[in-house]
Amino acid sequence: MAHDSLYGGLRVAVTGGTSGLGLALVRALHARGARVAFVARDAARVARTAASLPGTHGIVGDVAHKGDTHRIALQVHTALDGLDVLINNASALGPVPLQLLADTDCEDLEAAFATNLVGPFRLTKAVLGALSAAARSGRPARIVNITSDAAVTPYARWGAYGASKAALQHLSRIWDEELREHGVRVLALDPGDMDTPLHALAVPDADPAQLKRPDDAAREILQQLAASMPQLAEAT
Amino acid sequence: MSMLHAATAPVQRPRHAKLLVLAADGRITHTERARLAHVLRAGDLVVANDAATLPASLAGTHVSSSAPIEVRLAGRHTLRVDDVRAFSAIVFGAGDHRTRTEHRAAPPPLHSGDALQLGPLRATVQRTLGHPRLIELSFEGDVDSIWAGIARHGKPIQYAHVSEPLALWDVWTPIAAAPVAFEPPSAGFVLDWSLLHALRARGIGFATLTHAAGLSSTGDAALDARLPLDEPYHVPQHTVAAITQAKRNGSRVIAIGTTVTRALEHAARSAAFEHRARRGVLRAGDGVADQRIGPDTRLRVVDAILSGAHEPGSSHHELLKAFTAPAVLQRADRALLEHGYLTHEFGDSVLIERVPSAAPTRSIDAPSRLALLPQS
Repeated sequence: MAHDSLYGGLRVAVTGGTSGLGLALVRALHARGARVAFVARDAARVARTAASLPGTHGIVGDVAHKGDTHRIALQVHTALDGLDVLINNASALGPVPLQLLADTDCEDLEAAFATNLVGPFRLTKAVLGALSAAARSGRPARIVNITSDAAVTPYARWGAYGASKAALQHLSRIWDEELREHGVRVLALDPGDMDTPLHALAVPDADPAQLKRPDDAAREILQQLAASMPQLAEAT
Repeated sequence: MSMLHAATAPVQRPRHAKLLVLAADGRITHTERARLAHVLRAGDLVVANDAATLPASLAGTHVSSSAPIEVRLAGRHTLRVDDVRAFSAIVFGAGDHRTRTEHRAAPPPLHSGDALQLGPLRATVQRTLGHPRLIELSFEGDVDSIWAGIARHGKPIQYAHVSEPLALWDVWTPIAAAPVAFEPPSAGFVLDWSLLHALRARGIGFATLTHAAGLSSTGDAALDARLPLDEPYHVPQHTVAAITQAKRNGSRVIAIGTTVTRALEHAARSAAFEHRARRGVLRAGDGVADQRIGPDTRLRVVDAILSGAHEPGSSHHELLKAFTAPAVLQRADRALLEHGYLTHEFGDSVLIERVPSAAPTRSIDAPSRLALLPQS
């Protein structure tokens, strides 16, 4: 596969790695020879996923919980002996079924922001030392924040999700400005509408055939990530 | 006589943190620590320890006696992430950090083969290390589950002088990467991304190494006399290259903290020992710092140290005597006292410039002598 030499040995952590796009990313990275650690909340699913993909490292934790942040960062570092790429993929939809903003409880809005914005912010801070160390060693250091077209287009009933993803997208842009002098780049990537558990929660009657397969979205994400790593692209 | 006071709030970068600068000529100036980049010169190279701090305090029980214990992981012979079974550790009896370590109860007698249950972690005492409370232990299980157990069950080592329990985010420096330190490399608390930006803007270099900073104190005089324990470290190739370049340019190498000083001087000493003809060669790669630095140490690499303010008599304070004469240091100690500097991990800082060696025949200061060796 063309990407093997690009991703081979790359140290990548994926949050929300046991379902949907996250699982597809873990599989795709594993298939390309990357060293992968993934994070998810459910211990049994983490164990199952790790067992099905030998060599990957499963970490049980919730990015929305402050107390889990450094525990996750510690285990990511020890699993991969450092870190080159963090993919903040874990996402929360907000209230289900989807609600008009005026009907959304504050707590549901906060929960969406905790998973989609504050969690990625905290975990990124906790691994920034490792990423900048990778950059000083001449390795590509990247943070990928998975965003959505709901961050740009104001879809009715997608308020909690859309607003939190819009904030994540802007956070990514500012952070990219601030971190590039340290060799760390931050990308916000939109995978498109996919046939995932999250989408099924949001739009239960959607026709799966009309939706992108997570494996295809994962491949596109990895292509975009690869395009941002010229030092690796040149080596292939 | 009045004493220096300890900083009691776990704030890494208090807004009004102070910096005492002791120049090689003995001149003392005071400034705000946030202005560190303005005290340094273009071309200087700042070297910091990027070790993250382990949650090294593990509460549990001594299985055969059911006695409650606290195990403080204290050392490992390697930095390797996949070599995580064997640790040296100090064992305390019942109680917690709110009791000063010197007043803590002793653990039950510990023998080779004793089982310890530490939350989800199971460990076996391999042997005692010349002291009834200092042991080598071995964890059971696979590598990932041992790390998960430490991450989830462990707590950072606490200090009785700090007003509230420390969480990991209190003790990880902003550049923390590899989780290998047993106590925080606290001189690095000064570093934030704004300072790193200021260094870059002023033409000051920045590089890192990784050093497993060990316990600073155990509360037991016999144990404390053995500190610091051997500490593994890693100096990356690009850091050696940056140091070599700085030396060639006649620029200064500024060590952030005692751990950086210990690692760099050990790396230089090892290299000099192996390559007698090429004194001052600095070697990239792994090593285990086992030396003490004090008044008789000839520094080969580090030209200045940024350190916390330390009480005279502590091992950290002894290390400063390698940089300047005892009488000059005493003057600085008086200035710290007069100006109300705070000590300990979250306290104020000093920047001490090394007095150039007076013995040119032994000197490796000549920049051209410092050369790169391939990584071992």
